[in-house]
Amino acid sequence: MSELKVPTMAELMASGQQPDVLFWVGCAGSFDDRAKKITRAFVKILNHVGVNFAVLGTEESCTGDPAKRAGNEFLFQMSAMGNIQVLNAYEVKRIVTTCPHCFNTLKNEYPELGGNYEVKHHSEFIQELINDGKLTIQGGSFKGKRITFHDPCYLGRANDVYEAPRELIEKLDAELVEMKRCKSKGFCCGAGGAQMFKEAEKGDKEVNIARTEEAIGVQPDVIATGCPFCMTMMTDGVKLKEKEHEVKVFDLAELIAQANDL
Amino acid sequence: MISSIVFIVLLIAASLLFAKNVKTIVRNIKLGRDLDRSDRKNERFSLMARVALGQSKMVVRPVAGLLHIVVYLGFIIINIEVLEIVLDGITGKHRLFAPLGSIYYGLISAFEYLALAVLVACAIFLIRRNVLRLKRFHNSEMTSWPKSDANLILITEIMLMGAFLLMNAADAQLQVLGAEHYTQVGSFPISSVFMKMMGGMSEGSLIILERGLWWFHIIGIFAFLNYLPYSKHFHIILAFPNVFYSKLSPKGQLDNMEAVKKEVELMFDPSADPYAAPPEPQGEPQRFGAKDVTDLTWKQLMDSYTCTECGRCTDVCPANGTGKKLSPRKIMMDTRDRLEEVGKGIDKNGKDFNDGKSLLRDYITEEELLACTSCNACTEACPVNNDPLSVIVDLRRYLIMEESKAPAEWTGIFTNIENNGAPWQFAQADRLNWKNEQ
Repeated sequence: MSELKVPTMAELMASGQQPDVLFWVGCAGSFDDRAKKITRAFVKILNHVGVNFAVLGTEESCTGDPAKRAGNEFLFQMSAMGNIQVLNAYEVKRIVTTCPHCFNTLKNEYPELGGNYEVKHHSEFIQELINDGKLTIQGGSFKGKRITFHDPCYLGRANDVYEAPRELIEKLDAELVEMKRCKSKGFCCGAGGAQMFKEAEKGDKEVNIARTEEAIGVQPDVIATGCPFCMTMMTDGVKLKEKEHEVKVFDLAELIAQANDL
Repeated sequence: MISSIVFIVLLIAASLLFAKNVKTIVRNIKLGRDLDRSDRKNERFSLMARVALGQSKMVVRPVAGLLHIVVYLGFIIINIEVLEIVLDGITGKHRLFAPLGSIYYGLISAFEYLALAVLVACAIFLIRRNVLRLKRFHNSEMTSWPKSDANLILITEIMLMGAFLLMNAADAQLQVLGAEHYTQVGSFPISSVFMKMMGGMSEGSLIILERGLWWFHIIGIFAFLNYLPYSKHFHIILAFPNVFYSKLSPKGQLDNMEAVKKEVELMFDPSADPYAAPPEPQGEPQRFGAKDVTDLTWKQLMDSYTCTECGRCTDVCPANGTGKKLSPRKIMMDTRDRLEEVGKGIDKNGKDFNDGKSLLRDYITEEELLACTSCNACTEACPVNNDPLSVIVDLRRYLIMEESKAPAEWTGIFTNIENNGAPWQFAQADRLNWKNEQ
């Protein structure tokens, strides 16, 4: 296994360099065992293409999204201002992130607080690499497989990104099968609004089970998503339904990396 | 002559009463906090044309959407006929527009087709609500009044359309008998079906029938007009300004609270004097977040009056769909009901009215608020661009920032974010460890 090349902003700055894009890893991507695989898969793609990127590394901190959604605006703005100071000090212009929650917050909520960046979700970024001819995908292992895409709310409805993820799946020569509730009608995985971090309120079902059942209903080989929290929810759902042998849950970055044997 | 006077008195009374009730609603909406939505006018007009006038979000559900368009078009177009009826009433003339000849005949015929279509659509709506019992019309917040309100509206519309058609039939029959005052315009396509039933009636009783229906129809319209301010049906007016003043930023973007921004900026300002006296507060001190309706913005209050309780929001809500107590429709209905209560209190006891109640807890419980995943399914589904999510977030802000009331797990993530920059308890120094893991 080849070493990942992950330069930090601090290292680049020390050698007088500036990356083309900052990869915002996010808390899940940094610490959650499953999400770390997504992070690594995306870096493999970046390394493969030779993208001049950097991460903040230990200088990165929570965007404040869960605090804001929970109602703690103070903590959100404190987190945001801290991050903006770091980002602006490094004169960051472009950001790519594998987390739709970071994506939404950085893109939409930071500008008013003094943080103006061009922010892309990794599905859009990878699609651009393909469109620019920098990355070609060999359908490979996913050729002819049934793949359904679970729209993360903070990518889809929140920011109207519906097509980039789907175009990536089609590039795999896979069969994209849609759930009834997809795109703008997509059904939440249950993690948003800081629900990820607490027990759900009393009800008759968990949201992620409802969504997983719907996904399994279209008989996919793979449930694809583009959010580390959706990943947790759908993976848990598939395990609970004891379908982990038939149905795999992958992030878009993992699908692309695997297809290219990275 | 007497009938003209009676009519004019009724017309003025109905208009004044309506104006008074609308004024109260406007006053109530203005109890909300300021919010500037005067930007991007062109975009707002085109949004209003698309969503309010063009019903673009209604037809996402094709059956209800198309039926609704029938009723909506019927309502707008048949108003031309109401204009004639009102002018007839004032002048004491009959069918004032009849000299338009074939154009007039064409118009009335078109109105008749529409009236029939509206009648059928309303009947189907009634069946959907009461016979098929669609789930979204029977959630727990749909108590007896909201259900009766919906049925009353539909029944009234059926009666008004029925009266209009029968009136035309009696009129046409009177024309056949050559009755005085009844201008020869011929019989009309739909109402002529009823003419046979009136075949045996004398001229006198036909006149009583026709006049009776005429008065029933127009008084019904006046009454319905004055029912609007008490009903969810007020959306026929508010839908337009409500869509015009929609939030235009991406759905995922929540507002950054200005009051918080000032304080946080001060904390980050290295030249700020930590011992300086706080600046004199300007105006009334504001709560962080919302406890009661007066802490919400005027737009959120307008949303509540525009809500037509269709329940599309609740139908797509992941929390509601999995049995949690949260219902975005209830958030809207509670906001309106509490606002009405506050408005009535102010009418009775003056501006400083305080009944010790609030939107939070007396109407909306913490359990409901905590169940929201902020997924924006509700705002996407709303045909009039209401934003129940913003109300939920503002109430959550009050719970967290004013009462420090958060579930224990949330208190934990707040501490973690503050101390180690992540919702979990991992050291920030370990943030790049993934690089060397397999």
